[in-house]
Amino acid sequence: MRWIWIDKFVEFESGRRAVSVKNVTLAEEHLHDHFPGFPIMPECLMIEAMAQTGGILVGEARDFQEKVVLAKISKATFFDFVRPGDQIRLEVEIDMIAPEAASTRGRITREGQPIAEIDLMFSHVDQNLAGKKFPEENFVFTGMFKSLMREIALIGKPSDDASTESN
Amino acid sequence: MAMSRDEIFEKVQEVLVDALGVDDDEVTAEATLMGDLGAESIDFLDIVFRLEKAFGIKVPREELFPAEGLLNNPDLVSDGKLTEKGLNELRENVPHTDLTGFEDDPDINKLPDLFTVNAIVNYIDGKINAA
Repeated sequence: MRWIWIDKFVEFESGRRAVSVKNVTLAEEHLHDHFPGFPIMPECLMIEAMAQTGGILVGEARDFQEKVVLAKISKATFFDFVRPGDQIRLEVEIDMIAPEAASTRGRITREGQPIAEIDLMFSHVDQNLAGKKFPEENFVFTGMFKSLMREIALIGKPSDDASTESN
Repeated sequence: MAMSRDEIFEKVQEVLVDALGVDDDEVTAEATLMGDLGAESIDFLDIVFRLEKAFGIKVPREELFPAEGLLNNPDLVSDGKLTEKGLNELRENVPHTDLTGFEDDPDINKLPDLFTVNAIVNYIDGKINAA
Protein backbone atom coordinates (compact mmCIF):
# COMPACT_ATOMS: atom_id res chain seq x y z
CA MET A 1 0.00 0.00 0.00
CA ARG A 2 1.72 3.13 -1.13
CA TRP A 3 -0.79 5.79 -0.27
CA ILE A 4 -3.42 6.05 2.40
CA TRP A 5 -6.88 7.37 1.73
CA ILE A 6 -8.71 6.63 4.96
CA ASP A 7 -8.05 8.30 8.31
CA LYS A 8 -8.38 5.54 10.88
CA PHE A 9 -10.11 2.33 11.80
CA VAL A 10 -12.71 2.58 14.54
CA GLU A 11 -13.72 -1.09 14.66
CA PHE A 12 -11.85 -4.22 13.61
CA GLU A 13 -12.94 -7.82 14.06
CA SER A 14 -10.26 -10.07 12.64
CA GLY A 15 -11.45 -12.02 9.59
CA ARG A 16 -15.01 -10.68 9.90
CA ARG A 17 -15.62 -6.96 9.65
CA ALA A 18 -14.05 -3.55 9.98
CA VAL A 19 -15.16 0.07 10.13
CA SER A 20 -13.03 3.02 9.09
CA VAL A 21 -13.68 6.73 8.76
CA LYS A 22 -12.50 9.36 6.31
CA ASN A 23 -12.77 13.08 6.79
CA VAL A 24 -13.29 15.05 3.60
CA THR A 25 -11.68 18.48 3.42
CA LEU A 26 -11.42 21.29 0.95
CA ALA A 27 -7.66 21.04 1.45
CA GLU A 28 -7.84 18.07 -0.97
CA GLU A 29 -6.82 19.78 -4.18
CA HIS A 30 -8.84 17.65 -6.56
CA LEU A 31 -12.07 18.90 -4.98
CA HIS A 32 -11.44 22.32 -6.52
CA ASP A 33 -11.65 20.76 -9.96
CA HIS A 34 -14.36 18.26 -9.09
CA PHE A 35 -16.21 20.47 -9.66
CA PRO A 36 -15.38 24.21 -9.75
CA GLY A 37 -17.87 25.88 -7.43
CA PHE A 38 -19.45 22.51 -6.55
CA PRO A 39 -16.89 20.39 -4.71
CA ILE A 40 -17.95 16.76 -4.21
CA MET A 41 -15.89 13.65 -3.42
CA PRO A 42 -15.36 11.60 -6.62
CA GLU A 43 -17.15 8.25 -6.49
CA CYS A 44 -14.01 6.45 -7.66
CA LEU A 45 -12.25 7.68 -4.52
CA MET A 46 -15.06 6.30 -2.38
CA ILE A 47 -14.34 2.96 -4.03
CA GLU A 48 -10.64 3.45 -3.22
CA ALA A 49 -11.49 4.14 0.43
CA MET A 50 -13.59 0.98 0.53
CA ALA A 51 -10.82 -1.00 -1.19
CA GLN A 52 -8.31 0.13 1.44
CA THR A 53 -10.69 -0.66 4.31
CA GLY A 54 -11.60 -4.06 2.86
CA GLY A 55 -8.08 -4.80 1.62
CA ILE A 56 -6.58 -4.35 5.08
CA LEU A 57 -9.36 -6.49 6.62
CA VAL A 58 -8.67 -9.24 4.08
CA GLY A 59 -4.90 -8.90 4.49
CA GLU A 60 -5.04 -9.07 8.26
CA ALA A 61 -7.12 -12.25 8.05
CA ARG A 62 -3.99 -13.94 6.63
CA ASP A 63 -1.55 -12.06 8.86
CA PHE A 64 -0.52 -9.80 5.96
CA GLN A 65 1.27 -12.71 4.28
CA GLU A 66 -0.68 -12.41 1.03
CA LYS A 67 -0.37 -9.66 -1.54
CA VAL A 68 -3.95 -8.49 -1.64
CA VAL A 69 -5.00 -6.49 -4.69
CA LEU A 70 -8.37 -5.19 -5.81
CA ALA A 71 -9.56 -7.48 -8.58
CA LYS A 72 -13.20 -6.67 -9.19
CA ILE A 73 -15.85 -4.11 -8.33
CA SER A 74 -18.88 -6.37 -8.10
CA LYS A 75 -21.23 -3.55 -7.18
CA ALA A 76 -21.01 0.20 -6.63
CA THR A 77 -24.21 2.15 -6.05
CA PHE A 78 -24.24 5.74 -4.83
CA PHE A 79 -27.12 7.51 -3.11
CA ASP A 80 -25.85 10.99 -2.24
CA PHE A 81 -22.99 13.45 -2.72
CA VAL A 82 -20.18 13.75 -0.20
CA ARG A 83 -19.00 17.31 0.42
CA PRO A 84 -16.07 19.01 2.18
CA GLY A 85 -16.57 18.90 5.94
CA ASP A 86 -18.31 15.52 5.81
CA GLN A 87 -17.06 12.49 7.68
CA ILE A 88 -17.88 9.24 5.97
CA ARG A 89 -17.99 5.89 7.73
CA LEU A 90 -16.97 2.80 5.76
CA GLU A 91 -18.28 -0.53 7.01
CA VAL A 92 -17.02 -3.69 5.37
CA GLU A 93 -17.49 -7.38 6.03
CA ILE A 94 -15.84 -10.42 4.51
CA ASP A 95 -18.37 -12.33 2.47
CA MET A 96 -16.12 -15.22 1.43
CA ILE A 97 -12.41 -15.88 1.78
CA ALA A 98 -10.46 -18.63 0.00
CA PRO A 99 -6.75 -19.31 -0.55
CA GLU A 100 -6.83 -17.42 -3.86
CA ALA A 101 -9.21 -14.57 -3.20
CA ALA A 102 -11.82 -12.90 -1.03
CA SER A 103 -15.03 -11.00 -1.55
CA THR A 104 -16.35 -8.23 0.66
CA ARG A 105 -19.61 -6.36 1.13
CA GLY A 106 -19.54 -2.75 2.19
CA ARG A 107 -21.60 0.34 2.83
CA ILE A 108 -20.73 3.96 3.31
CA THR A 109 -22.77 6.25 5.54
CA ARG A 110 -22.64 9.88 6.72
CA GLU A 111 -24.30 10.47 10.07
CA GLY A 112 -26.33 7.34 9.56
CA GLN A 113 -27.54 8.29 6.08
CA PRO A 114 -26.70 5.91 3.23
CA ILE A 115 -24.06 7.19 0.80
CA ALA A 116 -23.03 4.06 -1.09
CA GLU A 117 -23.02 0.27 -1.29
CA ILE A 118 -19.77 -1.18 -2.61
CA ASP A 119 -19.01 -4.90 -3.01
CA LEU A 120 -15.48 -5.90 -4.00
CA MET A 121 -13.29 -8.89 -4.80
CA PHE A 122 -9.64 -9.10 -3.88
CA SER A 123 -7.06 -11.45 -5.35
CA HIS A 124 -4.18 -13.00 -3.43
CA VAL A 125 -1.84 -12.49 -6.36
CA ASP A 126 0.77 -15.07 -5.41
CA GLN A 127 -1.95 -17.75 -5.53
CA ASN A 128 -3.07 -16.74 -9.02
CA LEU A 129 -1.36 -15.81 -12.28
CA ALA A 130 1.06 -18.71 -12.25
CA GLY A 131 4.35 -18.28 -13.96
CA LYS A 132 4.44 -14.56 -13.25
CA LYS A 133 7.01 -13.68 -10.63
CA PHE A 134 6.25 -10.99 -8.08
CA PRO A 135 8.81 -9.46 -5.74
CA GLU A 136 9.43 -11.46 -2.58
CA GLU A 137 8.66 -8.60 -0.27
CA ASN A 138 5.03 -7.72 0.31
CA PHE A 139 4.68 -4.54 -1.70
CA VAL A 140 1.03 -4.24 -0.72
CA PHE A 141 1.42 -4.23 3.04
CA THR A 142 4.50 -2.21 3.78
CA GLY A 143 3.53 -1.35 7.33
CA MET A 144 2.90 2.32 6.62
CA PHE A 145 -0.82 1.77 7.07
CA LYS A 146 -0.40 0.51 10.63
CA SER A 147 -1.05 3.96 12.09
CA LEU A 148 -4.62 3.51 10.87
CA MET A 149 -5.04 0.81 13.49
CA ARG A 150 -3.84 3.06 16.33
CA GLU A 151 -7.20 3.26 18.07
CA ILE A 152 -8.43 -0.25 17.73
CA ALA A 153 -7.66 -3.41 19.61
CA LEU A 154 -7.78 -6.44 17.36
CA ILE A 155 -10.73 -8.58 18.33
CA GLY A 156 -10.31 -12.30 17.94
CA LYS A 157 -6.52 -12.33 17.87
CA PRO A 158 -4.08 -11.98 20.73
CA SER A 159 -2.11 -8.78 20.35
CA ASP A 160 1.63 -9.18 19.67
CA ASP A 161 2.39 -6.29 21.98
CA ALA A 162 0.66 -7.92 24.92
CA SER A 163 2.83 -11.02 24.75
CA THR A 164 6.11 -9.09 24.68
CA GLU A 165 5.18 -6.49 27.24
CA SER A 166 5.52 -8.87 30.17
CA ASN A 167 9.31 -8.99 29.72
CA MET B 1 -32.65 -32.21 -1.66
CA ALA B 2 -33.15 -33.16 -5.28
CA MET B 3 -33.55 -30.45 -7.88
CA SER B 4 -34.61 -30.70 -11.48
CA ARG B 5 -32.22 -29.60 -14.21
CA ASP B 6 -34.50 -26.66 -14.96
CA GLU B 7 -34.37 -25.50 -11.36
CA ILE B 8 -30.60 -25.83 -11.35
CA PHE B 9 -30.33 -23.95 -14.63
CA GLU B 10 -32.47 -21.11 -13.27
CA LYS B 11 -30.27 -20.69 -10.21
CA VAL B 12 -27.07 -20.92 -12.25
CA GLN B 13 -28.50 -18.31 -14.57
CA GLU B 14 -29.17 -16.01 -11.63
CA VAL B 15 -25.63 -16.51 -10.33
CA LEU B 16 -24.12 -15.65 -13.70
CA VAL B 17 -26.34 -12.60 -14.16
CA ASP B 18 -25.16 -11.28 -10.79
CA ALA B 19 -21.50 -12.22 -11.19
CA LEU B 20 -21.03 -11.08 -14.76
CA GLY B 21 -23.56 -8.28 -15.13
CA VAL B 22 -25.20 -9.92 -18.16
CA ASP B 23 -28.89 -10.23 -19.08
CA ASP B 24 -30.96 -13.35 -18.40
CA ASP B 25 -31.43 -14.08 -22.07
CA GLU B 26 -27.69 -14.05 -22.75
CA VAL B 27 -27.19 -16.94 -20.34
CA THR B 28 -28.15 -19.84 -22.60
CA ALA B 29 -27.06 -23.42 -21.99
CA GLU B 30 -24.54 -23.24 -24.84
CA ALA B 31 -23.04 -19.85 -23.97
CA THR B 32 -19.33 -19.94 -23.19
CA LEU B 33 -18.36 -18.18 -20.01
CA MET B 34 -15.48 -16.22 -21.42
CA GLY B 35 -16.33 -15.80 -25.07
CA ASP B 36 -20.07 -15.14 -24.85
CA LEU B 37 -20.49 -13.84 -21.32
CA GLY B 38 -17.20 -11.96 -20.99
CA ALA B 39 -15.94 -13.69 -17.84
CA GLU B 40 -12.37 -12.92 -16.78
CA SER B 41 -10.23 -15.05 -14.51
CA ILE B 42 -11.33 -13.38 -11.25
CA ASP B 43 -14.96 -13.95 -12.31
CA PHE B 44 -14.44 -17.71 -12.11
CA LEU B 45 -13.72 -17.36 -8.41
CA ASP B 46 -16.67 -15.04 -8.00
CA ILE B 47 -18.88 -17.65 -9.68
CA VAL B 48 -17.56 -20.39 -7.40
CA PHE B 49 -18.25 -18.24 -4.31
CA ARG B 50 -21.80 -17.51 -5.49
CA LEU B 51 -22.56 -21.12 -6.45
CA GLU B 52 -21.50 -22.29 -3.01
CA LYS B 53 -23.94 -19.86 -1.47
CA ALA B 54 -26.80 -20.45 -3.89
CA PHE B 55 -26.70 -24.24 -3.59
CA GLY B 56 -25.28 -24.56 -0.09
CA ILE B 57 -22.48 -26.83 -1.29
CA LYS B 58 -18.70 -26.79 -1.26
CA VAL B 59 -17.24 -26.27 -4.72
CA PRO B 60 -13.52 -26.99 -4.98
CA ARG B 61 -12.41 -24.57 -7.65
CA GLU B 62 -10.24 -27.13 -9.44
CA GLU B 63 -13.19 -29.48 -9.72
CA LEU B 64 -15.49 -27.07 -11.52
CA PHE B 65 -12.83 -25.24 -13.51
CA PRO B 66 -9.95 -27.70 -13.76
CA ALA B 67 -8.28 -25.54 -16.37
CA GLU B 68 -7.90 -22.76 -13.81
CA GLY B 69 -5.94 -25.11 -11.59
CA LEU B 70 -3.63 -26.08 -14.42
CA LEU B 71 -2.72 -22.47 -14.97
CA ASN B 72 -1.23 -22.26 -11.51
CA ASN B 73 1.33 -24.95 -12.19
CA PRO B 74 4.47 -23.78 -14.00
CA ASP B 75 5.18 -27.39 -15.06
CA LEU B 76 2.01 -27.44 -17.11
CA VAL B 77 2.12 -23.99 -18.64
CA SER B 78 4.95 -22.47 -20.56
CA ASP B 79 4.97 -19.26 -22.55
CA GLY B 80 1.21 -18.89 -22.45
CA LYS B 81 0.53 -22.39 -23.78
CA LEU B 82 -0.17 -25.71 -22.13
CA THR B 83 2.76 -28.08 -22.25
CA GLU B 84 2.24 -31.67 -23.41
CA LYS B 85 2.02 -32.65 -19.76
CA GLY B 86 -0.57 -29.93 -19.20
CA LEU B 87 -2.65 -31.17 -22.12
CA ASN B 88 -2.60 -34.70 -20.77
CA GLU B 89 -3.74 -33.45 -17.41
CA LEU B 90 -6.59 -31.54 -19.03
CA ARG B 91 -7.72 -34.60 -21.03
CA GLU B 92 -7.96 -36.52 -17.78
CA ASN B 93 -9.85 -33.78 -15.98
CA VAL B 94 -12.47 -33.02 -18.60
CA PRO B 95 -13.13 -36.35 -20.33
CA HIS B 96 -16.46 -35.13 -21.74
CA THR B 97 -15.18 -31.98 -23.34
CA ASP B 98 -14.24 -31.90 -27.00
CA LEU B 99 -10.66 -30.68 -27.18
CA THR B 100 -10.30 -30.94 -30.95
CA GLY B 101 -8.93 -27.72 -32.30
CA PHE B 102 -7.70 -26.64 -28.92
CA GLU B 103 -4.99 -29.31 -28.99
CA ASP B 104 -3.45 -27.77 -32.09
CA ASP B 105 -2.96 -24.43 -30.36
CA PRO B 106 -3.23 -24.90 -26.60
CA ASP B 107 -3.18 -21.18 -25.86
CA ILE B 108 -4.24 -20.79 -22.24
CA ASN B 109 -6.35 -17.77 -23.13
CA LYS B 110 -8.67 -20.10 -25.00
CA LEU B 111 -9.10 -22.50 -22.09
CA PRO B 112 -12.11 -20.81 -20.53
CA ASP B 113 -13.92 -21.08 -23.87
CA LEU B 114 -14.15 -24.80 -23.21
CA PHE B 115 -16.48 -24.05 -20.34
CA THR B 116 -20.12 -23.40 -20.98
CA VAL B 117 -23.17 -22.67 -18.84
CA ASN B 118 -24.22 -26.26 -19.45
CA ALA B 119 -20.95 -27.50 -17.96
CA ILE B 120 -21.80 -25.74 -14.71
CA VAL B 121 -25.34 -27.16 -14.70
CA ASN B 122 -23.90 -30.65 -15.29
CA TYR B 123 -21.45 -30.22 -12.48
CA ILE B 124 -24.07 -29.01 -9.98
CA ASP B 125 -26.50 -31.72 -11.12
CA GLY B 126 -23.87 -34.38 -10.42
CA LYS B 127 -22.99 -32.79 -7.10
CA ILE B 128 -26.45 -32.49 -5.53
CA ASN B 129 -28.43 -35.21 -7.28
CA ALA B 130 -25.88 -38.03 -7.30
CA ALA B 131 -25.83 -38.49 -3.54
